[in-house]
Amino acid sequence: MSSLLAWPILLPVATAVSTLLSRSSARGANNLALGGAFLHVIAAGTLFYQVHRNGILAVQMGNWPAPFGITLVADHLSAVMVIITAAINLAVVAYSRADIDAALSARGYYALLQTLTGGICGAFLTGDLFNLYVWFEVMLMASFGLLVLGQDRSQLDGGVKYVVINLFSTLLMLTGIGLLYGLTGTLNMADLHLKVQSIGDRGLVTAIAMLFMGAFGIKSALFPLFFWLPASYHTPPVPVSAIFSGLLTKVGVYALIRMFTLVFDLNIAYSHTVLLSIAALTMITGVLGAAAHNEFRRILSFHIISQVGYMVLGLALNSSLALAGAVFYLIHHIIVKANLFLVSGLVRRVGGAFELPRLGGIYKSHGWIALLFFIPAFSLAGFPPLSGFWAKMILIRASLEIGHYLVAVIAAVVGLFTVYSMTKIWGEAFWKPDPAAGGSVEKGKIERLSAWMVAPVAGLALLTVVIGLGVEPFFKIAMAAAEELRNPEIYLKAVLGPQ
Amino acid sequence: METVFAVLVGAMVTGAIYLMLDRNLIRFIFGLVLISNAVNLMIFTVGRLDSSRPPLIPDDSTVPAAHLANALPQALVLTAIVIGFALLAFVFVLFYRAYQEIGTVDTEKMRVAEPEDGLELMTPTEKAGAQR
Repeated sequence: MSSLLAWPILLPVATAVSTLLSRSSARGANNLALGGAFLHVIAAGTLFYQVHRNGILAVQMGNWPAPFGITLVADHLSAVMVIITAAINLAVVAYSRADIDAALSARGYYALLQTLTGGICGAFLTGDLFNLYVWFEVMLMASFGLLVLGQDRSQLDGGVKYVVINLFSTLLMLTGIGLLYGLTGTLNMADLHLKVQSIGDRGLVTAIAMLFMGAFGIKSALFPLFFWLPASYHTPPVPVSAIFSGLLTKVGVYALIRMFTLVFDLNIAYSHTVLLSIAALTMITGVLGAAAHNEFRRILSFHIISQVGYMVLGLALNSSLALAGAVFYLIHHIIVKANLFLVSGLVRRVGGAFELPRLGGIYKSHGWIALLFFIPAFSLAGFPPLSGFWAKMILIRASLEIGHYLVAVIAAVVGLFTVYSMTKIWGEAFWKPDPAAGGSVEKGKIERLSAWMVAPVAGLALLTVVIGLGVEPFFKIAMAAAEELRNPEIYLKAVLGPQ
Repeated sequence: METVFAVLVGAMVTGAIYLMLDRNLIRFIFGLVLISNAVNLMIFTVGRLDSSRPPLIPDDSTVPAAHLANALPQALVLTAIVIGFALLAFVFVLFYRAYQEIGTVDTEKMRVAEPEDGLELMTPTEKAGAQR
């Protein structure tokens, strides 16, 4: 029962080791990774079921009682994030079977991918601040490797920028952790919640909170710290950019939500006002950046930024409905965004390019790819009845309830601009006549599609439709997560025991 | 003692930030080495600095005596040093490979992934070749 919490971390790590040993055979490594990813989904599903039924689960590693030992905790938010991570991991591994060649596999592609998944799940499940730092590092190391594995010029260029800024953000986080430990003498997040309240010098706590906001702000690509993201996310192989786009920035958002609801929940008037203006600016700059670009994956990269703004908006508004909106947005966004990147890979295969001016006529030649693009793209833009519509509606309603009318307007207008750049991709890549027909455009190799690539895209698109049409249970889960976030006593009781 | 260390850490961070703001990646990496050591020293300092005894409980008692050294920050710093060392090794190799491929360490000139015209500079055939 208590080992339930460790499985979502141990399974990917074990899979990583076994795929590393069998990396010489691309097919063999993929089989192992597929098996591991499948078991991971089951483990994450069981964990979620237990959390949903019995409330927050916590386990002390090595039987050292909290707050001294390292605690693993799963509340609704963590459990939801873990199960989505498992789903995206499965989709990406299946997609990789057709898209990753033997050379990349031999360099340890699957081992890095599974280490990344393990690190992400570790970050979601840990209840210890220093342990969170360690999981961030595991995740970063694996992502550095995946990003530059192809050793393409543009990958190395994007990789330098990605590595530089992420290392800096990790150092900010480590500084924050060190100072917070010096101030409170504890690293357990539940214990921190109690200890921080008894500190007289509130200014010092706020200063440390800002260090964490800077660190996680870089990780989650908030305004004005997002420049590393569009510089690098379009360079690695498609499955890698899909898992990056779906999960990496969202770990930053998760850490922000966790820290600013559990530990730094005292000076809300200051920190959440800062978050609110950052959220609004992030939404606007992201969507404007997307409007200016002409490369499939770079447009999508800028949309990650603008969408992260919505999630942080939910955190900044800090009501139950707003936090539920943020959690719902996370669920919706991870699925949709990873799927859009996978679709960009399908388009490249049949169209031979990522650049919109070089593409065209795919609606005519491959109408079903157009449909598979249409579902996540218009869910992202917020068309009813797809999942993005509900996510935006909850957040806009929450901001209206609190009386932040300007933010509500911004959120709605940014949605409109999202439609603009989605229709740009639609018009250029799908509807426009194929420019290669006139012979004026040079194109890359047109490759065959495989069922292994189409199935994950179709599965994730189906999930988007299911969330959109049967929104009720997903909204209830988001509300349950928000209630736990709003009442830290529940979390404290699970970790530290009844007091 | 803590004051001296605080000033030292401050000076190291100042120097590191100055180096990291440079366009030259070589300078940046020296800044990175400096700042990660500054952060380690900072964690060491917040665990209090005095000439205290090792954190061991004597045989005849169950609680530790007063003024023991704090072992936890040292464990944290050790972890941070190990991780930092691995990352630094990776960064050195990455920068070297980037220099080999792109031919410059000036970040202003590293525009392969983000060409100024907004489109990829490489032709698709080159790209397909590079992915092999």
